[in-house]
This record gives sequence, C-alpha cells and structure tokens, in this order.
Amino acid sequence: MELIQESKPTAGVLHWFTTGVGRLLVSLLVPVLTFVVMWQVFIFLREGDAPKLITVAVAIVWGVGGVALLYVLSNWVVDQLPGQLQAQLRPYVFVGPALVILGWYLLLPTVRTLYASFFDARTANFVGLDNYIFAFTDPKMLESFRNNLMWLIIGTFFAVAFGLVIAILADRSRFETIAKSLIFMPMAISFVGAGVIWRFIYAYKPPGVEQIGLFNAVLTTFGLEPQAWLTLRPWNNLFLILILIWLQTGYAMVLLSAALKGVPQELLEAGRIDGANEVQIFFSILIPYIQGTIVTVATTIIILTLKIFDIIFVMTNGNFGTEVMASMQYKQMFRFTHFGRGGAVAIVLLIAVIPVMWYNLRQFGERRAF
Amino acid sequence: MNSKKRRKITSEILVNGGLLVLCLLWTLPTLGLLVSSLRPPRAVNTTGWWTALRPTEEAGNPRFTIDNYRQVLLGRDMTFVTAEGETVLASGDDLSTALLNSIAVTLPSTIIPILIAACAAYAFAWMKFKGRGFFFVVVVALLVVPLQIALIPILRDYTRLNLTGTFLAVWLAHTGFGLPLATYLLYNYISTLPREILESAFLDGASHFTMFTRLILPLSVPALASFAIFQFLWVWNDLLVALVFIGSRPEVMVLTQRLQEMVGSRGQDWHLLTAGAFVTMLLPMIVFFSLQRYFVRGLLAGSVKG
Repeated sequence: MELIQESKPTAGVLHWFTTGVGRLLVSLLVPVLTFVVMWQVFIFLREGDAPKLITVAVAIVWGVGGVALLYVLSNWVVDQLPGQLQAQLRPYVFVGPALVILGWYLLLPTVRTLYASFFDARTANFVGLDNYIFAFTDPKMLESFRNNLMWLIIGTFFAVAFGLVIAILADRSRFETIAKSLIFMPMAISFVGAGVIWRFIYAYKPPGVEQIGLFNAVLTTFGLEPQAWLTLRPWNNLFLILILIWLQTGYAMVLLSAALKGVPQELLEAGRIDGANEVQIFFSILIPYIQGTIVTVATTIIILTLKIFDIIFVMTNGNFGTEVMASMQYKQMFRFTHFGRGGAVAIVLLIAVIPVMWYNLRQFGERRAF
Repeated sequence: MNSKKRRKITSEILVNGGLLVLCLLWTLPTLGLLVSSLRPPRAVNTTGWWTALRPTEEAGNPRFTIDNYRQVLLGRDMTFVTAEGETVLASGDDLSTALLNSIAVTLPSTIIPILIAACAAYAFAWMKFKGRGFFFVVVVALLVVPLQIALIPILRDYTRLNLTGTFLAVWLAHTGFGLPLATYLLYNYISTLPREILESAFLDGASHFTMFTRLILPLSVPALASFAIFQFLWVWNDLLVALVFIGSRPEVMVLTQRLQEMVGSRGQDWHLLTAGAFVTMLLPMIVFFSLQRYFVRGLLAGSVKG
C-alpha cells in the first residue's frame, strides 16, 4: 500500500508515467539501473584497494541491503502490473529468490554431481561405473568406510550417553545452570579451534623431556612411556572421535534435559510406590518416555559423523589410517582434481545420509517444538 | 528418619560430585588453551600449562604476558628465547585481517538466508500459489543433501563468473546451504501465528508486503533470533566452504583458514597457536554466552546442520 502511494506523486507530475507503456518502461528501467549500480559497487569491492575496514563495512551494507532491495524492487515492479497479474505473481516475489537459490545451490548440483560421477577426471569421457567401483574397492576408501562406521557408533553412543548422564545429574543438582553452561560451551568452538585445543592435549615430547601435553604428562607421572597419540594406529581414530564427543555432548544434554523435564512426576512416583529402584525407573520409565528425543539426538549426531571433515583435516589430514569419506572426497576433488571420483564419493555420502535424515525428520515432525 | 536424611545427603554428594568431575573434564581443555595463550613462549613450549602458577627459578621472566596476542593480532615481530636457549626473531601472524574477513563473511551469511527464508516461509504459510505443496516438499527434501555434493558444480560456476575468492561467493554459498533448514524452521513458526491477526490486517487493506514487514517479522523475532545465532556460529566456525570458495587469497581468508594454516606452518609454536585459537573463539563465545537462551531454543526446535 505504502509503496503505491509513494509512486503517486510522480504520476501526478507526469501523466505519461501512468500510461501503460510508460509504466512498463519505468518498471523495467528501475531494476536495471539498480542492478548496474550494485554491480559497480561489487567491482569496486573486488578490485578496489580501499582500507580493509571500509571495504568490509561497505560489503556488509551492500550485501544485506542488496537482498532487501531485491524484494522491495520486485514487489514494486509487481505493483505496476494489472490487478489480475499482481495477485498471481505476488507469491513468487516472496518465494522466488529462495527457489532460485535452492535450485542453483542444491538441486541442480545434485544432478550435476551425479552426472559427473559417471565421467572421468575432467568430465570429458563417459566411464560408466568405474568411479563407483573405485569408491567401493580402493583400500583408502574401504579404510574411510571403516573409520566412518567407528565415528558413527562410538562417537554417537558416547555423546548421547554422556549427554544423558549429565542431564540426569544436572536435573537433581542445585548447580544445574552453571554445570550445563560449562558442558555446553564447546558447541561454540569451531572444529579447527577444537583441533588446536586437542592437538595441545595430545602434544608429544620425547621421553626424558618435560611433557607439555596433558595426556602424556599423566602417562609419565605414572612412569609410562609418552605416546604420539595421533599416529598410533588404529587407536588414533578414537582420540579424534573423543574431540567430537567433547563437542557434541552439550547438544545431546540440552535436548535430553528438556525431554527429561517433560516426564510427569506422577509417573515416577507411581514407579517408586510400586517398589522400583532408581535403576529400574531409569530403564523402564525414563528411557521409554524420552525415546523419541534420544532418536532425534542420535540421528542428528550420526549425520554429523557421516559428514565429519574439519577435525580430520586439521589433526591428521587423513594420514595414519584416519581417512573418512568427506576427507577422501575433498582430496579427490582438490588434490587429484578427479571430479568423477570426488562426485562418486559425494553421491555415496548422500545415499548414506538419506535414510538417517528421513528417520530424523519423521521424529522431528512429531515433536514440533518452538 | 535419620537414615533417610543421611541417604539424601549421600545422594546429593554423589550427584554434585559426579557433576563436578564431568564439568572439570569438559572445561579443562579450554582452560589449558586460555592459560597457555597468556604464558611467555618459552614457558609454554617447555613446561605444562598446569605448572603456570608453580614458582619458577628464572626471576625477571613474567609469568603471564599478552605478547602472544600482540604477535597474532598485530603481526608484530617478536624475539623470544627457544627451548634450546637460542634467541629467535619470529615474524608475527597477522590475524586482524582474517578477523575482519570473518566478520564480513559471517554477518551477511547470517542475515541474507534468514531474510530469504522468512519471505519464503511466509509465502508457504499464508499465500496461495501454484505448486506450493510441491515446492515445499522440495525444500524439505533438500535438507538431506550434504553440501559436499554442491562443491564441484558451484565452484565451476564461480570460476566461469569470476566470483571465486569474493565475499559474495561465500555469502551465496552459505545462503544456499542454510536455506532448507531456515525455511523449514521458520515455516514451522510462521505458520502457527494466529490467523485472526493476519486476517484483520488484511481486511484493513494491508498488502502482503506491509504485512510481512510490519507484522510477520516483528512477531517472529524469537524464531529469527534462534536461527540467527545458530547460523552465525555455523558460518563463523566453518572451514570447508571457506577453503573451497575463498581459496588461498590471503586478503580474503577467514580466521578458521588462517588458524588451520598456522597449525601446518607453526605446529610446534604453541604460544602462537593457543593465542590464535583463542582469537577465533572469542566472538562466538561472547555471542554464545550472552544469547544462550535463544540458542537453546533454536536447538530444541531442530537447528542442527551437519
């Protein structure tokens, strides 16, 4: 409404603007002009050597403002159209940008990657299933499947288990808020940051020298030999998974804690009156009651473990038998520039994620939080 | 009665004791990082951080210093004495540019997808149009697509459009990868807003655009904030998208990339690595602790992206 009013004074001054052709011209000209101006700013940002702080500030305003402007403009253009068309086109003003971006960034790439996975390194010659045969027979790939499975089982189990234990303990403690904040804090830390933290914990100095890594300091205190934890096959995988557990327990705790608070007290009282002890209550009342949340948490962490990349990349770069699917995919793409193999591994990853995600969404649909 | 009371006290000690041990275990890694980043280089690289308060034999050497931060943030060259006793001049790692780049990447990458998703969610919830059901199913289906799928095709497009290494490239990538979840979550919220409010506004002659900016956005602030914090942390902490779409141009590299590079080039300079890591963690920590409530709400609503 407001926008239409704004354009009225112009119409009063120049009758020409209200005629069909004039309106059409203006409604075409304004977006084009805006686009040209925006593009010039983009070129300035890309090529310009203005002070960093200014470039950054301009870039942020340009980016966010540009998107807002896109909506205002397209809405304005629709306003210029005849009434019938307005009603038909208006929804696409709102939903259009999202659909275009989703199409460009996710839908088409899935098709294109699938296509590339049947071709050779440079997507020039059709090779049939060769890349998939590579994906399922190459020793490094098999190693990555084994490791992903370890991540999935061990990482998920312990993150959920610790999350549950902490949620239950915190629920009965007076220090609930602070305890939960501390456990939760690693969630704000990047995988790279966590990588540095844990590399420091696993730091190795030769025997006889004072150890600066926590793990080796503990070992040497008990008179044991210091270990180079990250090259210690096959256990090094466990030490990498430990980082994930440290990061994700907080997530499990928050969700499980909220679910535990939803268990009706009467149910627990009834159990106690019937003579059940705390362990029995835990397994036959609490667990079944929060089962749905446990599934949500577990599936979410499973998806994370399937796509795990940063930790490996920072800690070992896939050496010493720690390769995973995502790191293999990255290497195939960017080190060997074999887009066919990289694409095939990505498709395998997608197929591994689909059933878990489907299960996760089904659970989520039943909860409908917010 | 007495035994019951005693049992209660025992269980309280057990609960709080167990919780204390777990909290200590979870805090220790970060604490070690923070303490180390504040110790002089030689001390960090020769003694454990837990000995920081132990009386030292070297007099005159400060126990704590902010030199590491000066070196990491300002790129100032520093001389220090190594473990072997040599004096070394170390060139600094200037993370301040990367810090600004991280901000330039993260802010728009947080706001743009939320804006686009909120518009789409509004259309899906309150507007009638052809293909509404179909498009919504597509959005939900795209939740399963791991971003690895998109890396090669998008990189090819970017190379053709000469977009690689620009902020715009990363914003759009993060927008694309965050959009399915954002749309889905915001739809869940916006579709449950009371119908009467919207209808009365509509009867008053408000256009869809006015309704969206004047009614829907203000009413959705809790949902928008929850997702914003989540997306902020995700983008700030991201490494893979930055590696692929920003590449190795040092002028535009973000913090995670620089830190990862430092791990490779200065793997044993723990005084710099710890300070650098803490610099990358500072802003997300502040956001996290000041807006924890919204973050938790977002998590409970399903804000988790792999």
